[in-house]
Amino acid sequence: MSNPNPANATHPDTSAEWPLWEVFVRSRSGLDHKHCGSLHAADPKMAVQMARDVYTRRQEGTSVWVVRSDQIVASDPADKSMYFDPMEDKVYRHPTFYKLPGSVDHM
Amino acid sequence: MYTQAMDTAPKEDDGRKAVRSAEQMQLEAQFDARIDEGGFIEAKDWMPEHYRKTLVRQISQHAHSEIVGMLPEGNWITRAPTLKRKAILLAKVQDEAGHGLYLYSAAETLGTSRDQMVDALHTGRAKYSSIFNYPTLTWADMGTIGWLVDGAAIMNQVPICRCSYAPYARAMIRICREESFHQRQGFEALLVMMQQGTEAQKAMVQDAVDRWWWPSIMMFGPPDDQSPNSAQSMRWGIKRFSNDDLRAKFIDAAIEQAKVLGVTLPDPELKWNEERQHHDHGAIDWSEFWRVVGGDGPCNRERLAARVGAWEDGAWVREAALVHAARRAAPQPIAA
Repeated sequence: MSNPNPANATHPDTSAEWPLWEVFVRSRSGLDHKHCGSLHAADPKMAVQMARDVYTRRQEGTSVWVVRSDQIVASDPADKSMYFDPMEDKVYRHPTFYKLPGSVDHM
Repeated sequence: MYTQAMDTAPKEDDGRKAVRSAEQMQLEAQFDARIDEGGFIEAKDWMPEHYRKTLVRQISQHAHSEIVGMLPEGNWITRAPTLKRKAILLAKVQDEAGHGLYLYSAAETLGTSRDQMVDALHTGRAKYSSIFNYPTLTWADMGTIGWLVDGAAIMNQVPICRCSYAPYARAMIRICREESFHQRQGFEALLVMMQQGTEAQKAMVQDAVDRWWWPSIMMFGPPDDQSPNSAQSMRWGIKRFSNDDLRAKFIDAAIEQAKVLGVTLPDPELKWNEERQHHDHGAIDWSEFWRVVGGDGPCNRERLAARVGAWEDGAWVREAALVHAARRAAPQPIAA
C-alpha cells in the first residue's frame, strides 16, 4: 500500500522501480475476491501474470484482480474511532436485540 | 527458507533518552497497551521509530535469506537424479522466490523501498542467513537442507505467525503453510537413500548430515545471554521464544528423526537431561558463526556476486518493461 513515510521520496532510484500493485484472489466460485498481498510489475498484464505465479502456486485461486496501490483510497487510521465507534451502541441493528416468544423465535 | 540471528546487528540508538512530547508519550502508551493485550499493529498505525527500524531490518534480512537461499539449491536443479526430484526441487526453489517477495512486500509497508533493500543487500549492509554461505557438495545436501535447514527455519518461523506487526504475521502464515512441504520432501529423499540406497549413498547422506548439523543449530542465533536485542523484541511481540529455547526444541525433534533415518548426529555430547527435559549438546563454535556472518564463510563472496550479477544483468529488462508500459499507456495518434 502507499505509505505515509517519506523515505521513498528521498531515494534517488525509486523512480526506476516498477509500480506496486495490490493483489486480490477469489479462492473459488461463489466467494469474494480477498486481498492477499502486493507485488511490483511494469504493466497490468505483467501484474496479473505475476499475481498468478506469486499467489496461486497451489490452486489458491480461480480469479485474480490487481489494482495499482496508488489508486486505492483508504480511511485514515487516525479517524478510526470517529468513523467506526458510533455503530457500537446501535445494538437494535442486530436481530438478536429483539426478544420474541419461543414459538415464533425462528423468525 | 529462513532467518537467523536477525537480532545480531548492533543495537541502534533509538532515541529513547531523547526528550519526548506529551503527545508522543501518549501514543507510546497506547502502542504498548495494544501490544500487551495481544493486538496487532497495521502498516499505517503509529509505531515507535525503533520498532519500525527493527522490523525493517528483520523482515528485509528474512527476505534476502529467501532469495539468497535459492542459490545453493539452484546448483542441483540440473543435476537432480530423477525427473520427480527435479520437479520437486524446482517447486521448492520457486516457493523460496515467492517467500522472498511476500516478505519484501511486508517490509515495504514500513516505508522502505524495494530498491533500498536490494541495495543494502548488494553493498553488504544487510545480512542474510549465514547458513547459505555453505556449499552444497552432493545430492544428499538437498535432502539434508530440507530436513535440517528448513526444519530449523520452520521452528523459528511458526512463532512469527503471531508477530505483533500484522503484515509480517500474514506473510509468515502463508510461508509456514508452504514450508512444511520443504522439510518433508527433504526427509523423504534422505529416507529413500537410507532404506533403498547403496552403501555409498548411505555414506553420502551421513556426510551431508555431518556437515550441516552444526550450521543448522547455529541458525537459531547466539545464546540468550549474548543476544542483546532479544528482550526488546520479546517486549514488542516480534519474537516469542528465545534463541536457546527454540534450539532446544529443534534438537529434541531432530534426535528422534535421525533415529528413524538411521543416521548419527556429529555431537557425542548429545544426551537427555531429565532435569531440563531437553537434550544437552556439545559446545557450539560461535567463532565460526561470527566469522561466516562477518563475510568469511566458504561461499559468501560467490553468493553475493551471483545476486549482484543477476541484478545488473536484468537491468535492461527492468528498464525496457517500463518504457514499453509507458508507450502502451500513451494516447495513440489518430490515423489519418
